[in-house]
Amino acid sequence: MTLKKVAEILGAEVVLTTADMGTEISSVCSSDLMSDLLHFSTTPKSLLITGLINKQVVRTAEIADIKAIAFVLGKRPDEETVEMARQKGIVLIVTRFSRFTACGRLYAEGLRSCTGEDR
Amino acid sequence: MTQRKNIEGSFHLTGGDFTNAGGASSELKSLLINIGIAPAIVRRAAIATFEGEMNVIIHAVAGVMHYLVTPGYIKVTLNDMGPGIPDIAQAMQEGYSTAPDWVREMGWGAGMGLPNMKKNADEFRIDSIVGEGTTVEILIKIKEELL
Repeated sequence: MTLKKVAEILGAEVVLTTADMGTEISSVCSSDLMSDLLHFSTTPKSLLITGLINKQVVRTAEIADIKAIAFVLGKRPDEETVEMARQKGIVLIVTRFSRFTACGRLYAEGLRSCTGEDR
Repeated sequence: MTQRKNIEGSFHLTGGDFTNAGGASSELKSLLINIGIAPAIVRRAAIATFEGEMNVIIHAVAGVMHYLVTPGYIKVTLNDMGPGIPDIAQAMQEGYSTAPDWVREMGWGAGMGLPNMKKNADEFRIDSIVGEGTTVEILIKIKEELL
């Protein structure tokens, strides 16, 4: 699924476009615990859905080859965090939905977990 | 194929410096990509070193991350001046963490750091002396067929 389609399904505002919104997302991971992400995220080019908006989220995404981050509940990262994402080529979007609903909407449209548990 | 020379270097890490946390692992990841290491191996090395770097930032006063990249493997050694680990077997259990609440609020302290390092390494070694510090060594083999 393309990033553009993901943003549409989540009714999300695109805060930072560092990549073509036609870029394909292969899977989704959702957590507010960074080490859980690093442990269970086994597929690159995924989307991260999180409620954390600090720089550590962007750093974790960079390390785990995550292409885009969706911040839930309308939370917006500060300029420093956005700048780090710009440097690392990570797309940032903000959705008003909760993590549960955001995941559910994307699952219903065919995206699956980055853990590979439900393929 | 031209045999690549060994590359080595080190990063100084400062405990509590969350502003630059992960910077060393990010630089090492870029280096591995630039010299043509396969993405799957780069990813494993990046995750293992990032977890090690964060452990130093979270728990220690300071530390050093040394890396050596040979044609056959990536070896990263983390030495810290920290509190040490009284029970290594307990610290290696998934979910066990001694991180304070303010660290957990930033998304760390899930108790997966050391298990993540071990999971992504081909060889993993940890030594610790309480009151002095901890040394972690990880080795990741570079499989030539993936280059």
